[in-house]
Amino acid sequence: MSWQWFHRLGSPRWFYQTSTRWLPLLALIAAAVLISGLVWGLAIAPADAKQGNSFRIIYIHVPASFLALAGYYIMAIAGAVGLIWKMKLSYMVMKSAAPIGAALTFIALLTGAIWGKPTWGTYWVWDARITSMLILLFLYLGVMALQYAYHSIDAASKAGAILALVGTVNIPIIYKSVDWWYTLHQPATIKFTSAPSMHIDMFLPLLVMIIGFYLFYAVALILHTRSEILRRERKTAWVRELIEPEARS
Amino acid sequence: MAHSINSGYSAWLKRDLLLAYRRRGEAASSLIFFVMVSTLIPLGLTPESAQLAEIAAGMIWVMALLATLLSVDGLFASDYQDGSLEQLLITPQLLPMPVLGKITAHWLTTGLPLTLASPLLGLMLSLPTAGYLPMLCSLALGTACLSLTGAVGAALTVSLRKGGLLLSLLVIPLYMPVIIFGTATVTYAIDGRLTGCHRWPYSGRYLPPL
Repeated sequence: MSWQWFHRLGSPRWFYQTSTRWLPLLALIAAAVLISGLVWGLAIAPADAKQGNSFRIIYIHVPASFLALAGYYIMAIAGAVGLIWKMKLSYMVMKSAAPIGAALTFIALLTGAIWGKPTWGTYWVWDARITSMLILLFLYLGVMALQYAYHSIDAASKAGAILALVGTVNIPIIYKSVDWWYTLHQPATIKFTSAPSMHIDMFLPLLVMIIGFYLFYAVALILHTRSEILRRERKTAWVRELIEPEARS
Repeated sequence: MAHSINSGYSAWLKRDLLLAYRRRGEAASSLIFFVMVSTLIPLGLTPESAQLAEIAAGMIWVMALLATLLSVDGLFASDYQDGSLEQLLITPQLLPMPVLGKITAHWLTTGLPLTLASPLLGLMLSLPTAGYLPMLCSLALGTACLSLTGAVGAALTVSLRKGGLLLSLLVIPLYMPVIIFGTATVTYAIDGRLTGCHRWPYSGRYLPPL
């Protein structure tokens, strides 16, 4: 009996119905936190002594990078759960996490490039962190491409999960090796020199933004998973019941 | 039990080597690719040996990676088509050993010839003398890593019709540490900073085919 919640978690129908109840509230909180963090960070927080106002992009850049990496682990864990317990729902979560994570990685790279222009004087530097983020984007794209390549949903899920897990094993190696590679090369002449520790007035809005991005990620993931549930379960009775009355009226 | 595990390994190794020997043209093509692409580099960049020497190590590594990538596509393909992969899956034998045998055969037929041919390319791209031995060692180890990692991608894409391009998308990000370590070893040696102890944390991974 005590495992009932766990089995329930694996039911797409249960997830769909529960999330219908909770999603509006969650979305509201996410929007509130994001907006307050943005206003605080972009308008109220003091300007940086060296970089002026251009540093404010940090309030997008850092949370996006955080979630880009965390999202990969979320995707891999969902894949592992699917492989181990053969849970349909977790495969759907895995598939939904890939495009969201890829988008966040892209945002992190893009904001980094935009930020790099005024600070470093160039859009792109072969810096260890930037390179690892680029590789992370490739890993995401690989998982997505593999998912789309299979016709059978079952095979696509399994293959995607295995690839995600292999990628997880590799992420520390990639990060380490890129770090090592970077120390081999001449260090960049233009270096990002910010104050070693952020001022508390700058840090607090960043914290709010990170929490806001986590909430936003949860909302996006749930929304994406819900549409995936509808797509995959479109032949079941409960989805038809859900769709049909609206179609008739 | 130990005997049957080992026999699975050597039986598949022998079988794949024999198959490769009977299809020598196929096996040679990745080697020929390796050599041919290297002639593009002086044509595309510069024929001056001083400049070539600087990029030789990295270029040889990039070409070795691409050549392996092209060949790893066929690792499971013919076995999948003729059904022997399915036969392997339904035997009571443990899966890892036969697959490891196949990967070893793949390395012996692609990675090893590439490694042995690399001094020739080093000569053509005027690689500094100090770089030859490290390049041989790093390529021998590195191509084995590439075969192992590529096997994961090959296993995942074997049932797809256009798996080859997808395979490279999946595997290239995973190959990046290998090329970093490989090129670094050679560059270190040329600069005279080789400490002799180079980590290869990338070895020894593989997944059975789906």
